[in-house]
This record gives sequence, structure tokens and C-alpha cells, in this order.
Amino acid sequence: MTDSVLYSVLLLASLGIVAAVVLYVVSKKFYVYENPLIADVDEILPGANCAGCGSPGCKSFAEKLVNTEDISDMFCPVGGNEVMKQVATILGKEVAEKDPTVAVLRCQGSCEVRPKTTEFQGPRTCAISAMIYSGETDCQYGCLGDGDCIKVCKFDAMYMDETTGLPVIITDKCTSCGACVEECPRDIIEMRPRNKRDLKVFVGCLNEDKGGIAKKSCAVACIGCSKCEDICPKDAVVMVNNLAYIDPVLCTLCRKCVDICPTHSIIETNFPPKKPKKVVAKKNLIKKEATVEPLNVKTDA
Amino acid sequence: MLKTFPKGGIHPPENKITAEKRIRRMTVPKVVYVPIAQHIGIPSEIIVEKKDKVEIGQVIAKSGGFVSSNIHSPVAGIVTKLDMIIDTSGYKKQCIVIRTDVKNESNFEEKDYPLKSQIDMAPKAILQRISDFGIVGLGGATFPSHVKLNVKEGVKLDCLLINGVECEPYLTADHRLMLEKADEIVVGIKILLVALNINKAIIGIENNKKDAIKLFKELTKNESNIQVAALQVKYPQGGEKQLVKAILGREVPKNGLPLDVGVIVHNVGTIFAIYEAVQYNKPLTERVVTVTGKKLENPSNFWVKIGTPITDLVTEVGGLPEGTRKLVNGGPMMGKAIKNTDVPVTKGTSGILVISEEEASRGEAKNCIRCGECVFVCPMGLEPHLLMNLTEKGFYEKASNEDIMTCIECGSCSYVCPSHRPLLDYIRFGKNIVKKLQTAKN
Repeated sequence: MTDSVLYSVLLLASLGIVAAVVLYVVSKKFYVYENPLIADVDEILPGANCAGCGSPGCKSFAEKLVNTEDISDMFCPVGGNEVMKQVATILGKEVAEKDPTVAVLRCQGSCEVRPKTTEFQGPRTCAISAMIYSGETDCQYGCLGDGDCIKVCKFDAMYMDETTGLPVIITDKCTSCGACVEECPRDIIEMRPRNKRDLKVFVGCLNEDKGGIAKKSCAVACIGCSKCEDICPKDAVVMVNNLAYIDPVLCTLCRKCVDICPTHSIIETNFPPKKPKKVVAKKNLIKKEATVEPLNVKTDA
Repeated sequence: MLKTFPKGGIHPPENKITAEKRIRRMTVPKVVYVPIAQHIGIPSEIIVEKKDKVEIGQVIAKSGGFVSSNIHSPVAGIVTKLDMIIDTSGYKKQCIVIRTDVKNESNFEEKDYPLKSQIDMAPKAILQRISDFGIVGLGGATFPSHVKLNVKEGVKLDCLLINGVECEPYLTADHRLMLEKADEIVVGIKILLVALNINKAIIGIENNKKDAIKLFKELTKNESNIQVAALQVKYPQGGEKQLVKAILGREVPKNGLPLDVGVIVHNVGTIFAIYEAVQYNKPLTERVVTVTGKKLENPSNFWVKIGTPITDLVTEVGGLPEGTRKLVNGGPMMGKAIKNTDVPVTKGTSGILVISEEEASRGEAKNCIRCGECVFVCPMGLEPHLLMNLTEKGFYEKASNEDIMTCIECGSCSYVCPSHRPLLDYIRFGKNIVKKLQTAKN
């Protein structure tokens, strides 16, 4: 009786010893040196594995940061300047400083202002839709509304607004990783700089058609009238192919273009409501005529 | 036992309601919209300007490279603008808008040329003519014909196949052409035999066109080098690879061309266009289009000028019936739904199909039940369900290894799937991505 207990204890103990020796030998023999800095840097990085930096994950980005001499062209968009500064202190290398950005949707073609003219019964993904036809509406530049961007967002920063049929970006959650920008087959989502109060002015349209055609397909389309270009005091508005684009660097957020745009295709976000003035009364008049208001300027869920 | 291809295939209802209707000449449209991308390959380059006066058959867009084709003015008139117009792809594409000159008589000549069977041209000149006169494959794929006929030295070529199969349901354009222009087609075949310097041609016709088979057998009775092959009715027998396999029993290698097994395949429509180009100096500016649909008042076959808006065709057959849900450019299996009736007829438009509400709906996609029907019917021996799953999940490399690129997009898999899965949509998407990845690699 006591023997069997003794034998089993001995057997287990010897097995343990043998295993320990094997493990020790293997770990010494096949030891791979890893720079301890990699673990340190990996610790600081956000750990979201979003691939916004260009590397497949945070670990591989950490390796890249440690192993590359000049890291001034590498940037973690999710962590931003704060994280990059910490990385710089650990590694003792120069890092780039970038203004924080946020994704914006450059299309306001809701179901109301951009009527559907056809119906598609196939699989609902933007990639397939863009490949085999130009969308259910007459606008071949605007949002397809199948939500590929929402599917790739790893931070739950986007959702589909059922009434407008357009995706909405929750700016507080957006880390500007750029996954949606890459996924969108029509390049509708753009990364624009965000300031402290998240004030932005941008053209919410990509329609390159001539005015009449654009307006016919969508009530809030940019018709290429160049009024915004003329009124801009800083020359921040560029007209290319019947389409206005506001340069975020030159723009001083004066909002003159927002007021003058006849189709309300220029979007302003998070500005406090204007004090009632004569000018405002005039603007309201125009709005009543058009009966259309920018729809996707919500900034919180 | 009639011949056919061994692997896969389906038997959709034929619905050839216009088989008895003679080809009528369409009234000349007031305005034609000629897209510059009507063929596979590089789009042509526009060589006319706004307000230019053009004659019928004048080159208005020059071939943009080797795999490209000239485009000729279908009418005499004035170029009113160079505009962007929605074509069959659904996107706006560059096109030349020509207003027909109603006073110019050449627009309204309804000439039926007498048969001219004497072939005077040298082989080289014939090939040059085919290239200059904008002949492309009229079966639907619109591959420039001169590229197909460009046989490099050392390549063994022994047989010309004439595709008179027309396996797509509803369409009867080729069938009618074979019945009405049989003599011309036989001369056209002889022209190609001279040009290619071979002495064997086989016309493949499916057994649902017994009158055409009989007619061609009669005509080629005394021609030792032209044979007629009656084939079983099975879709997609009109595919090049399927036709070669069905008639000659030769297997075209994957990613290869029929030329790799010594064969060139041409559609009967193309043969007729070649005949007209060579014998009567007539460039490709019109084609036969079947306008059909179960609910149409007067479905029919037409000779249509390239660039005619589809609205005109629809009006000609009595307008769109109530409850029309879908307009398809081409046949029901491989055709493409179009966005509106302003889309013009191009060199590849073999038919316009008007589909009603009941026929148009697709059925809700459910889960794959692993029944294997799609594998059973695939004429290329692929596994459509697997290809779809791989593309859906983004495994493009694996899909490429499973030979996704050999898919001929015949749609048999989507047709038979009891779960209504959008197999072809995903496979087409996967092909697109794989192609992009391959070009990026090279």
C-alpha cells in the first residue's frame, strides 16, 4: 500500500525533473534574443491592432520602431502625439508631430434629397455595388449606403443612420486609423484636421457632374458654381472638375462659404448657433426655399 | 446522338418568342450616342470635334492600341457634342453625340446588297480590312476580331469554328441572321478560310434551330471544306471553350485560348460583318438586336444602328408594358441590367430583354446547404460555392489557386442554387480583385 504511494510520488517527481531539464535545454538552445525595448514600446502603443500605422499590428509596429534608424515618417494615428512622444523618450529618436485628424463623410445624399431610381437585389456590400453598377441613385460619386466602412471600423465609431441611409461618424470615438478611408470604394471619407472644439468646414459632396445634372440627381450636390471660391478671403477653396474642395490648412473657418452655398453642400460642424442678425434672416429664407438641411453633421451617438 | 460538351451545363426555358420574326430595319434615330468603349481592351481615341460634319461610315474614333478597334459613324450628320453618358456599365462614359442629317439620303438607303461570292482580296488585305473596319466579336464579348485572327508564325491552326449556337434563352438575333443571310455567311466563312490559309470550317448550331441546320447543310452540300455540326441544346454551349470541346473534343487549356489547340471561333454575326466589310466596304455600324420580353406587344428582331438609344427600340415594339421591372442588355443569363432607357446600343448589344415584376425578383439568399448543384452544373469544373466563400471572407490568394480566373461567368451556378445564393456576384468580384492583385504583382 505504502509502496504504491511511494512509487507514484517518485515517478511523478522524476518525470517532473526530466521535463524541467528538457525545457531548460530547449530554452537555452533555441533562445531568440529580443530587444527588451520592443516590449516597452508595445506597452505604450494603444494595442488596438488597427493597422492604421501601416503595420499589421501594434507588436510589429513596435518592432519596426525599434529596429529602424529614422522613424520620423512613422506615426500611430490612434495614440497621436502623446504616445509618439513617449516612444521618442524611450528610444531616444526623433518623431514626427502631426495634427490630430478625424474622419468626415463627404456626402449628404440621404434618401430624401437623393431619390433612388433603381433597385439592386444582389449582395449588399459597397465593393460589389461599385464594381457592377453605379448605385441605386443617379449620383455615381456618392455614398452607396451598404456600410462597408462601418464593418471595418474597429472602434465602433460609425453607425448607419436608418432614416438617411448614410453612415454617421462619432467623432469622439474616431481614432483616425484610416480603415474606412481605405475601404470606401468611392473615397468619400476623408481625414481632416480636428481642433480642440472639433470645428470643421468642408464640402459634403463629390459630384463632378455639371451643375444641372448634379442637382437633378441630388438636391444637396455641389453644382460647381464657384461662389465659395469667389467669397473665400484666404483662397482656401479650389475648384476641380465642377467640384469645390476646401483646403483644411488654408481655411480659417470663417464660414462665409457655408452661408453662400446655394445648395447647402458645404458642411459646418460644432459651431455655436449664430446670433440673430439681418444676414441670418436672409439665409433662413433661402433655406425655406430649398427645404433641405444638411443631415449628417451629428457628432455624437 | 448529337454532340455537346461533357461537363456541367443547364437547360433554362428557351422562350425564343421572336424566332419567326423577320429582321426589320429600325427607323434611323434622330440622334445617336456612340460610346468610345464598346469593345474589350483600350477605349478608342476620338478624332472628331464638336460641330464636325461626318459621313456615314467615317472613322470617328481611332483604335487606341493593338487590343482596340476603330469606331465609325453610324449616320451622316453633325457632331453636336462630346458628352458623358451612362452606358451598360452604369457609369458615365465618354461618347460622341451625332445629330442625324435628315436631308442626307445616305442615312435612309435601305440597300440589300446582292450576293457577291467572288473573293478578290489577298489574305493580308482581308485581315487589314477587318482591323480597319472596326469588326469586333458580335456574340456579346466584343473582343476585337483582328486580334483573334492575328495568328503568330509557328502556331498550328487547322480549324475555324463558326458559332451559331445562340444558347442564351430569348435571343434570336443570330438565328434570324443565319436564316436570312445564309449565303452571305457561307461566303464570309470562305473569306476567313482564305485569310487564315486553312481548309476546314465547322458551323456549330444547336438543335433547336432545325431550319438553320437544314439550310446550311443544303448550302454547304458541295463545299468539301465547310461542315455543319448539329449540337444538343445546352447552356452555355456558345462559350468558346465549350464549343471547341463539343465539336472537336479538344480541351482548351485553362487560361489559354482556342488558338492553343489550333482553333479560332467566330460568331455568325461577326462573319456577316466581315463579309460586308470585305465585299462591300461596309464598316461595322449596325447589328441585329432582338427586342424581346413575354409581355411586349410586338417583340421583334431589328437591324439597329450602333448608338441608337434603347428608348427608340422599346417604342418600336410597343412601349414598356405595365409592371416592367428590369431591362437587360443581352440575354437573361449573361446580360447586364441597365439603369435607364437612354443607354445606347453598342457593338455588343445582342438583345434587349424586358422583364416583368414576377420574373425579376431574385429570391432571398439563404445558407448554403451543400447540395453540390453548383459544382454539378459548372461547365468549367469549378466549385462555385467554395469560390464565393473564399471571396466573401477575403481569401483572394486561395481563390486564385482554386482557378477563380477560369470562370466564364455563365451564371449557371446562380441559376440552379436552391438557396438563391449570389454566387456569381461574389465570383465576379473575386475575379476583379485577383486580376488587380496579379497586375500589381507584375
